[in-house]
Amino acid sequence: MTDDATRASTLRDAVGLGAAVGLYGVAFGAAAVTAGLDPWQACALSLLMFTGASQFALVGVLGAGGGALAAVGSALLLGTRNTVYGVRLVPLLQVRGGLRRAATAHWVIDETTALAVAAPDRQLAKVGFTAGGATIYLGWNVMTLVGALGADGLGGTAQAALDAVVPAAFLALLWPRLQKTWAEPAAQRRVALAGAVVALVLTPFVPAGVQVIAAVVAVVLAGRWRR
Amino acid sequence: MSAGTLWAVVLVASLGCYLLKLAGLSVPARWVDHPTVRRVVDFVPAALLGALIAVQAVTSGAHLVVDGRLAALAVAALALALRAPFVVVLVLAGLTGAAVRWLS
Repeated sequence: MTDDATRASTLRDAVGLGAAVGLYGVAFGAAAVTAGLDPWQACALSLLMFTGASQFALVGVLGAGGGALAAVGSALLLGTRNTVYGVRLVPLLQVRGGLRRAATAHWVIDETTALAVAAPDRQLAKVGFTAGGATIYLGWNVMTLVGALGADGLGGTAQAALDAVVPAAFLALLWPRLQKTWAEPAAQRRVALAGAVVALVLTPFVPAGVQVIAAVVAVVLAGRWRR
Repeated sequence: MSAGTLWAVVLVASLGCYLLKLAGLSVPARWVDHPTVRRVVDFVPAALLGALIAVQAVTSGAHLVVDGRLAALAVAALALALRAPFVVVLVLAGLTGAAVRWLS
């Protein structure tokens, strides 16, 4: 049995994380509208896609003038992470039944996986996953709407401010991967830099948005992935 | 891009991302849990985010453009290095972008 204090601490972590992630929701809503989506499309992404990095990638490619295939492709590339998370979650969550699995899948993201994996036992892994998933889902969607409506119909200077916020938001998403607390931060830095350089070199020559996907493919093909 | 195409992009990409999540809970672990696969998946976000940062900060269509966005990115990097919270990073970047636009 799990004692109440540990359970409370797991719940606190989950809800605290959910509230913090909600702030990213504002940035996403604003970025989506800046990229040319309407507020309802921004909200549909948060409700239906519900995986922040893929959502940011999709609107990032659209904002750069990219086509439909490049936008969908970049979202799916980042979405592959969640497949690996799901594999790690199966033994922790012990999801039984097709319907329950289909529902659980929607909340398989960076944060809920981190909460479940960090929990001291299986029962708390479920608590962390469910409480975190519910809080983040609620916060992320409400704050997406706030950001989208707030960014709709802004003037020139405010638009320039938002244009400047989008790359900064991507940098904030990337930042933890480059720090010492992450496994192999030096390699992460090289990969990020290579992605940036390849994308910039390709920009004048390929349709908008394609350079982003091409950069990822080039870096993956160039890497020596066996240790 | 027309509203219809945009909606199609939103819905198709959402469905695809959901199926990727569902696959992780459904396929046998050994299909995915290969060290090489895990490693590649761990590095894809860095490559993609690096590319997106560069494209969003210094390009406009097919051209390289240096404007307030690059200054804002530098300010954001400084704020992140000083461990500023996410919302502070974004506000500082936004203010920098607006200031450069106002001054130029």
